Amino acid sequence: MGKITITIDNKRIEAEPGTTILKAARGAGIEIPTLCHFEMCDMGIENRPGGCRICVVEVEGRRNLAPSCVTEVQEGMVVSTHNIRVLNARKTVLQLIISDHPFDCLVCAKSGQCELQHLATQFGIRSLPYAGEQSRYRKDTSPSIIRDVDKCILCRRCEMVCNDVQTVGALSAVNRGFMAVVAPAFEMNLEKSPCTYCGQCVSVCPTGALTEVDHSYEVLQALSNPKKTVVVQTAPAVRAALGEEFGMEPGTLVTGKLVAALRRLGFDYVFDTDFGADLTIMEEGTELLNRIKGYLAGDPNVRIPLLTSCCPGWVNFFEHNFPDLLDVPSTAKSPQQMFGAIAKTYFAEKIGVKREDLVVVSIMPCLAKKYECQRDEFKVDGNPDVDYSISTRELAAFIRQANIDFPGLPDEEYDDPLGESSGAGVIFGNTGGVIEAACRTAYELYTGRSLDRVEFHELRGMAGIRSATVDFDGLKLNIGIAHGLGNARKLLDEVRAGRSQYHAIEIMACPGGCISGGGQPYTHLKEEILKRRTAALYMADERKRIRKSHENPSIIRLYKEFLGEPGSPRAHSLLHTEYFPKSNEITITLNNH
Amino acid sequence: MSHYKMHLLVCAGTGCQSSQSGLIHEMLKDELDRKGLKEDVQVIKTGCFGFCERGPIVKILPDNTFYTEVKPEDIREIVDEHLIKGRRVHRLLYLDPETEEHILDSKKMGFYKKQLRIALRNCGIIDPENIDEAIGRDAYQALGMVLTRHTPEETIEIIKRSGLRGRGGAGFPTGIKWEIARRNSADQKYVVCNADEGDPGAFMDRSILEGDPHSILEAMAICGYCIGATKGLIYIRAEYPLAIKRLKIAIRQAREYGLLGEDILGTGFRFDINLRYGAGAFVCGEETALIHSMEGKRGEPSNKPPFPAARGYLGKPTNVNNVETFANIPVILLKGVEWFSSIGTERSKGTKVFALAGKINNVGLIEVPMGITLREIIYEIGGGIKGGKRFKAVQTGGPSGGCLTEKHLDTPIDYESLTAAGSMMGSGGMIVLDEDDCMVSVAKFYLDFIVEESCGKCAPCRIGNRRLYEILERICDGKGTGEDLEKLYNLANVIKDTSLCGLGQTSPNPVLSTLNNFPEEYREHAVDKKCRSGKCRNLLYYVIDDENCVGCMACVRVCPVNAITGARKQTHFIHQDKCIKCGSCMDKCQFDAIGLKSDYDRHTVSILVN
Repeated sequence: MGKITITIDNKRIEAEPGTTILKAARGAGIEIPTLCHFEMCDMGIENRPGGCRICVVEVEGRRNLAPSCVTEVQEGMVVSTHNIRVLNARKTVLQLIISDHPFDCLVCAKSGQCELQHLATQFGIRSLPYAGEQSRYRKDTSPSIIRDVDKCILCRRCEMVCNDVQTVGALSAVNRGFMAVVAPAFEMNLEKSPCTYCGQCVSVCPTGALTEVDHSYEVLQALSNPKKTVVVQTAPAVRAALGEEFGMEPGTLVTGKLVAALRRLGFDYVFDTDFGADLTIMEEGTELLNRIKGYLAGDPNVRIPLLTSCCPGWVNFFEHNFPDLLDVPSTAKSPQQMFGAIAKTYFAEKIGVKREDLVVVSIMPCLAKKYECQRDEFKVDGNPDVDYSISTRELAAFIRQANIDFPGLPDEEYDDPLGESSGAGVIFGNTGGVIEAACRTAYELYTGRSLDRVEFHELRGMAGIRSATVDFDGLKLNIGIAHGLGNARKLLDEVRAGRSQYHAIEIMACPGGCISGGGQPYTHLKEEILKRRTAALYMADERKRIRKSHENPSIIRLYKEFLGEPGSPRAHSLLHTEYFPKSNEITITLNNH
Repeated sequence: MSHYKMHLLVCAGTGCQSSQSGLIHEMLKDELDRKGLKEDVQVIKTGCFGFCERGPIVKILPDNTFYTEVKPEDIREIVDEHLIKGRRVHRLLYLDPETEEHILDSKKMGFYKKQLRIALRNCGIIDPENIDEAIGRDAYQALGMVLTRHTPEETIEIIKRSGLRGRGGAGFPTGIKWEIARRNSADQKYVVCNADEGDPGAFMDRSILEGDPHSILEAMAICGYCIGATKGLIYIRAEYPLAIKRLKIAIRQAREYGLLGEDILGTGFRFDINLRYGAGAFVCGEETALIHSMEGKRGEPSNKPPFPAARGYLGKPTNVNNVETFANIPVILLKGVEWFSSIGTERSKGTKVFALAGKINNVGLIEVPMGITLREIIYEIGGGIKGGKRFKAVQTGGPSGGCLTEKHLDTPIDYESLTAAGSMMGSGGMIVLDEDDCMVSVAKFYLDFIVEESCGKCAPCRIGNRRLYEILERICDGKGTGEDLEKLYNLANVIKDTSLCGLGQTSPNPVLSTLNNFPEEYREHAVDKKCRSGKCRNLLYYVIDDENCVGCMACVRVCPVNAITGARKQTHFIHQDKCIKCGSCMDKCQFDAIGLKSDYDRHTVSILVN
């Protein structure tokens, strides 16, 4: 079928059949404003309920205005995108939406980043002729995410991401008419729902209806307490994105400045989660090899595949949805938690500080990490291994509050002994990075030989589910990789059915991997940014002197001085964990309302 | 061959049931049994006769007597006098209000004379729970004819040429809809009957389903044959338990007779029907929302295109038609295109069932040929305005429609003319309003309904209709301004222009229509704070009548806000700006001097104020 010719604002445009007016216009440089529409083509995600009616345009011959995000082009269509009828309609609809929205801009977490606010400015809204009653709901705070749904505009993006992409199903539209809102079933608290805290809903929410819980004040209090020694660890994905918050080009590696900023904020020791990542590889790599050896020897007690477990959103997901498979994931803790455990024992001892006086803070691209550090099994006598986790966005705000000129900072180095990391550790932020790091170590441990080429390109890429076979000198390992919980579910369904062909599976809950985490700077839906962040981490890996976790001198020293060897009793008690089945049963008690 | 000498047809539509027609039916059977007439006289329950104002109806055949307002106490007399002695019970006969004569034959009544019952052809005649009676009235004949003598394409052609348009409200040509569904290929297609009938006060579809369910089953099977579907679904609102019961019985009976299921009439054609229930949402009468509801999803509409004929239930081509549309199908096929298209106007063929209600003498269900005038409906069929009051307007199309006024009385009713007059045919609701009705309140009533029923998906309907309602509420509360009228107009038009589905797109119609036809009334409410019909309580005023007031000061003392002034033996005066309308003064007055009026003497006020 040939192309279709249409006219938009007197401009002749050609488009493929099936293209929407919105896309055809964008292709010709005509930007029609949108609000609920949300698209990330590479990942096959498109949200277009056609409900906000902001993108309406006039189509000649059509009685009413057409929503351009869902209306497909027809041969000979004549479209006007900004005549007075359209502009009046758009403005009125926006005034209506704003009339049912709290006037909280000055104190809203999303101010400056809010798409509704942006549209109001763009449309020059100066009055609200249709003011009236506003729909009000209970504010809901969970360990990671705050739901302030007075601000919900029913764009349905969070519902789409949670149901169709993540297949978690914690959110959906409830109630009818004016009181309609997106919420967990029966408007229960998020904490009671199957929410995994992956935070993708927060990433896509255009307003301040869904935001992260802000722990930066607690961190400031710890920093201001002279009795406390405050230690910070930084996740890999943070260094590839933090610069965006300060106007730097997406994909700029800002590791040195990150360290410098943290020092100026007053942290006593600036360490790297990548160190924790190397540690995770030591433990998990060993576990992987042991399981494979056992499996090949025909041991019936050994479970294959091994699933990575560094992602707390993912852990939450399989505790809820696959409680029958709790022996399949690796028992290794996440890098954040391993770091915390080591910091409060090995490091505390080294500097002669009591556990209770050591505060461990993590900077994460992730919102589920806030929930993870509060899990009871990661505490010793009530004292958590990691006290607070703050997101990249919160750190940026904190840096701004401290009047630090981030781009102008010099590059500084991490402290020892928990700041050194290999290239394998830094690629943890990318989808495929964890399993690649594991392969680098597992290969050498298994074969006893050194890798000629450290990169495993076959494990890299952005496809939601990827497979590769890695050859360990004759031992062929089938590796599965998934990012986005919907993809993870597919692989787990195979495992449950006994059909899985993989020996090891890496799962990241966030589509795009950790660099696309719920706590990262808002990408405003530009996929290009995610690609650049990914590239930045691979570049960071290339620049490292040490590329493999087991060659990290600080790691070697840690084992020599403290842990013994991977899988040792001490390593096991500090660095390994267990999982708990979570019920999907809805139990609502009146007290909770 | 029936051995019965007489038949008693007792109306068992929901309306008459709530006036004890079920009991009447039972008592008749008992009485006949007691009098030994069980073998000679058959009593059956039928569907709605339509003359609801005069129900419960009992019709006697073959002498064609039409008894109205029958009560259980009348049974013995009917049996003794009429059945046994052959003497009609005159007091139960219909009395023509003009000639003051009894009319025996319903065909001669003003209510029925101009009606033409096509969709309702079997209602009031057959027992809807007996398939044999339906077959006796040609049920399934058209299906048989079509299966054995016509191809699907030929049948579709017949429906197209007949000019039948959808009776659900939009009036889309039925034949073309079927043709499009036929053209879209898929491994499974569906025929859906929309029996959600959500318009407040509408009971056209309910009556057809309660009175002649087989007409629908047959029509759906014919549709399945035409479009290539083997599965039919009836989406019926849960609030219609009697219709559901009758449908279940009808489906079971049809299956027993091989008229539904595998190899229908030995032709190899298979088609079966299942029921799906609504759950109290008006918006699920919109076809895409209906489909989502059947799929177990939230009953929200989606943007069209794609239309259900291309992608509908479970993503398959689906043809959705209204109950009344389906009811017309078998009879069109049996009696032919020429016959059907000879009824009605050029672009609106056939008849329409209306639920006539409001300030009219003959409230009930009517079916009239398109092209009949409003005057004929109101003054002839409807028997004129109740209480002899003055006609003000007719609201058609329910919450999606508008009103027709005196100037439209001679407009022939059809799809185009109603739309041109700022209203719409809708599913058939027709509410008559008289001089005592407040048009602003009518608009507010419909908007209240819409606000309750809006699904909430799109901003203009979810928020806009709520704001429209709030403005009307303010106006009716006496807090309106002239500016509010402009706001109403602009907002209503934007809601119409931008809403996602038919509910939102038509919801401002009552407001716009009343605003256009009764602008003075709106102005009086908003600016003068006056409701001429006295319906808006907050626009009523406590006024002291000069003639009756004796100047006793009782009201002055009792007023909690000191709004009344006046000296002894002089007419007292209520200051409207202070009055809080508590009514204490009127309660207190012993001289009947204080009344609640729709206006007060503003002239005097301005003099006094100045």
